[in-house]
Amino acid sequence: MNMLTISGSPHVHDDSTVKKLMYGVVIAMIPAMLVSFYFFGLGAVKVTLIAVISCLFFEWFIQKYILKVPVTINDGSALITGILLAFNVPSNLPVWIIIIGAFVSIAIAKMSFGGLGKNPFNPALVGRVFLLISFPVQMTSWPVAVPLFGEALTDAITGPTTLGFVKESLKSGMTVAEAMAEAPSYMQEFLGFQGGSLGEVSAIALIIGGLYMLFRKIITWHIPVAYIGSVVIFTGILWFVNPQQYLDPVFHLITGGMLLGIFFMATDLVTSPINTRGMLIFGAGAGILTIIIRIWGAYPEGVSFAILIMNAFVPLINRGIKPKRFGEKIVNNK
Amino acid sequence: MFLLLHTCFKQESDGSVLTNIKENKEVNDVLIFAVVSLSAIGVSAAVILYVVAQKFKVIEDPRIDIVEEELPAANCGGCGFPGCRNFAEALVKKASNDNSIEGLNCPVGGSDVMSKVAGILGLEASEQDPLIAVIRCNGSRKNAPKKVNYNGPSSCAFAHALSSGENGCPYGCLGLGDCVVACDFDAIHMDPDTALPVVNNKCVACGACVVACPRDIIELRLKGKKEKRIFVSCINQEKGGPARKNCSVACIGCGKCVQVCPFDAITLENNLAYIDYEKCKLCRKCVPVCPTEAIHEINFPPKKPKPEVKAVQEVKVEKKTGDEEVKKLVPVTEKKEPPAPETDTEKKKIKSNI
Amino acid sequence: MCALKTFKLGGVHPPENKHSADRPIEVFPIPKQVVIPVNQNLGAPSSPLIKKGDMVTAGQLIAKGEAFISSNVHSSVSGKVLKIDNMMDQTGYKRMAVVINVEGDEWDGSIDKSDDLKEQITLSREEIIKKIHEMGIVGLGGAAFPSHVKLMIPEGKTAEYLLINGVECEPYLTADHRLMLEKGKQILIGAKILMKGLGVDKAIIGIENNKPDAIKHITELAKEFDDIKVQALKVKYPQGGEKQLIKAAVKREVPSGKLPIEVGCVVNNVGTAFAVYEAVQKNKPLIERVVTVTGKTVKEPSNFLVRIGTPLNELIEKSGGDKEATGKVVSGGPMMGKALNSVDVPVVKGTSGVLLFKEDESVRVEMKHCIRCGRCIQVCPMGLEPVLLTQLSERGRWEEAEQEMVMDCIECGSCHYTCPSGRPLLDFLRLGKAKVGQLIRNRGKK
Repeated sequence: MNMLTISGSPHVHDDSTVKKLMYGVVIAMIPAMLVSFYFFGLGAVKVTLIAVISCLFFEWFIQKYILKVPVTINDGSALITGILLAFNVPSNLPVWIIIIGAFVSIAIAKMSFGGLGKNPFNPALVGRVFLLISFPVQMTSWPVAVPLFGEALTDAITGPTTLGFVKESLKSGMTVAEAMAEAPSYMQEFLGFQGGSLGEVSAIALIIGGLYMLFRKIITWHIPVAYIGSVVIFTGILWFVNPQQYLDPVFHLITGGMLLGIFFMATDLVTSPINTRGMLIFGAGAGILTIIIRIWGAYPEGVSFAILIMNAFVPLINRGIKPKRFGEKIVNNK
Repeated sequence: MFLLLHTCFKQESDGSVLTNIKENKEVNDVLIFAVVSLSAIGVSAAVILYVVAQKFKVIEDPRIDIVEEELPAANCGGCGFPGCRNFAEALVKKASNDNSIEGLNCPVGGSDVMSKVAGILGLEASEQDPLIAVIRCNGSRKNAPKKVNYNGPSSCAFAHALSSGENGCPYGCLGLGDCVVACDFDAIHMDPDTALPVVNNKCVACGACVVACPRDIIELRLKGKKEKRIFVSCINQEKGGPARKNCSVACIGCGKCVQVCPFDAITLENNLAYIDYEKCKLCRKCVPVCPTEAIHEINFPPKKPKPEVKAVQEVKVEKKTGDEEVKKLVPVTEKKEPPAPETDTEKKKIKSNI
Repeated sequence: MCALKTFKLGGVHPPENKHSADRPIEVFPIPKQVVIPVNQNLGAPSSPLIKKGDMVTAGQLIAKGEAFISSNVHSSVSGKVLKIDNMMDQTGYKRMAVVINVEGDEWDGSIDKSDDLKEQITLSREEIIKKIHEMGIVGLGGAAFPSHVKLMIPEGKTAEYLLINGVECEPYLTADHRLMLEKGKQILIGAKILMKGLGVDKAIIGIENNKPDAIKHITELAKEFDDIKVQALKVKYPQGGEKQLIKAAVKREVPSGKLPIEVGCVVNNVGTAFAVYEAVQKNKPLIERVVTVTGKTVKEPSNFLVRIGTPLNELIEKSGGDKEATGKVVSGGPMMGKALNSVDVPVVKGTSGVLLFKEDESVRVEMKHCIRCGRCIQVCPMGLEPVLLTQLSERGRWEEAEQEMVMDCIECGSCHYTCPSGRPLLDFLRLGKAKVGQLIRNRGKK
């Protein structure tokens, strides 16, 4: 007889692993990545590659030589951070800025807290916000989308995002109708035919990725639904009150980094609340903050700030909001 | 207000502006207002603080602070109180109520600290001999081979609840290091070869490991003269056969050590011998008679096997001369005992020289 | 048959692997020697009534349970008592047991050994409870809680439903499934007896949808009894948990820290119902039970009717278990069963199965950092937060763990099963439960 093994029950385990979860997210990001390659060409490929390689390098270097812990770069989490970082920057960003962004993401936002599972803020978002504040000019001159076998909408080489453009127009006293006249059509925005950061342009690609993650049960529906719901309700009310001054919910949803934030950054397993009730609050809070920043804030885009602010609330939400307990509500006994 | 002060400071540094200000009556008014209001706030805050401090004043024995300063400030809880402050409070309270601090002891500071504390409180400290944690299990990988694999978290408490352990001994060390985690003094470590914990000299006998061990293997025993200790390194209460089945160095409860002990220090209960460290005079007679080598002697100079046998025979002869005599001679033998090992070493030295 | 029901909160779907589902129950030969532990149930140990050298017959009382929660133990064979000694049981520790050398197969005279079906229930309610107590019936689902205690309803409470648990949600196990197919009628009569013992007029038999033949068979038989209903349930682990079954079948939630009687329900396993039938109608004590022997290294996964005290080793050998390839032996199912130190331990009343794992299956997946994904919370059928409780337990913060309702954990293992980082969540939850339980008991003493 062999030497038997003893351990506590259960003696079986399902086949989910951290690695599978992470690579599932990577697969979900592929459609948006392909769209970015299509519209921004080699610049997008270059940015993505540099971001991914430098993120992996920093994680490997810190784990091997500074923390001296087993190297886990193949678990996919640094890969996700790299792709997400690339998704969040324009395709003409200089190489050295991308490397700084990767360093901030991995070294400061992730490894200084102890690595995967311990970081309070989404690493890619910290990197993006750091770059946005440090290098505002480079970070906000987006190349115009040029389809691989087609022509750009305008003759300019760089331009603002649709969201920034419309917001500027509104500020200068135009009505919504006037501002929208010059913006790409909803259909173009939906497909990705607009200026912006790599990953945020195509709503359809992001939705496909999000649905894939929901289908694979990598994420739950709670955060996306609460996020979208609160955005739609909040902007819907404003739009209903004054459609001349406020944009409609659909525009808010499909422009800027909204869907990228909803599906890939707000749902980050590590930095979102652990129970579903908390997730609903997290999603709704992030949605409302996003719209507040978009409409009344200085920046045209508010997704990254909103998610980072809600990340800071996650420990509080985890502490205060408990899941539904069995037998919590005593069901009518008759 | 900060802004105001800031501007003042800035302006003073610049003479030309200063003259301008002096001409400006409005700014002068502001300065006076600021000074007056600041002083008013200061005075009223002082009054409030004074009143509150008087109202909620806690009268505390000043000796508590002095005693606390003497304590090691490790807050280990070895004394049985949550921290050194609480222990100091208890000491002062006991001293003023009962006029003694008997029963209260700081195992970390030992008799040094306790005598100082007693001095502060105007009392005499009762001398307490230092203790040390002792691992009463020798079921190493070699002595008690693994029968099953344990595949679970590194927690003795859990493994104890799960099963009898890798080597099958229901009393033995599980080797997962709950005691190491519990130790605040870096005094206990796992030996990777034997998978047993080892206590070093940093041990202050706070007792945290004793509480942490789910099997009560660790005992606080007298540190002993020159750190010499003799103890039964086993707590297995099974009968000889089953105990030996799991571990070659288990106490089998044969009782030979009980017979050989001249001081009645060894008791046999539930198939297990126990040496009372207060009665034991470190005569080492029990060590060679143990058939399973379960009795350990620590920090004694090593003996060569042959003289050892002779020593045992001598012991037996001595014992045959009459129990009463031996008992009467206890204090004498106690004093005579320490030289005995020395003579042994001398013999050895001589032998090695030859 | 009405629509499929299930419980709402949490749950997982482990692969079923019911290899032995179509193997009829086989009567296992009487072994040469049996080891009968005197404490096989939850509660106080029973005290032995015999001594070394005594001759016993099968069905003879050998240890009497005197405390309120305790149970009688009967000899499962006839023969000579070799010794009463501490023997290794399934926990890996040594506990008192009676060792009997088998001689012949002589049964106690009062036992009706025939296969005749006896439908008429002649005993009164009190007599039924007394009989169940005398015959040493315990819950055969695994926890082995003495059945007569369940029937004694505390004052001020009324039972409304009897639930018969035919869920068998544990993967691999098929003992209850086979019993339902082969002894369906007896189970129904057993249920009637339990209903009389409880004084209820409604009974529901809950069966998971992965056993359509059993659902069909029992529904057919239950047509005779208009007060027994069969409820088909959606497959979801841990539906066989008492609280989950009540929630699924009658939509009531047992409040935290309370027994099912709080919501007017009493749950009994189908195996228990069968044992009750035999005890009350046939006067036969609980001396044998159905045990599933299965696993990937077992050549012929089987269901055996085994005498209590038979060494597990013999069961494994009979079913062609490949000992060389086996890395772990589990008593019970893979989700809640107990890994054994050795196969030289006896079958006890609570042994529902013996499960053999291949060597590569028997080691746990590599443990990694928690990534705070919250899956353990989503699958917890009790709505607890295993990740939080584990952290509290690791740090020894028992009071906080108690506030976070660690005592509500039913130890189903769904959290550990689903954790992508392979963290030993249930191990620490168990530790926490044990420590908090101690705290609560100490508080009671003060």
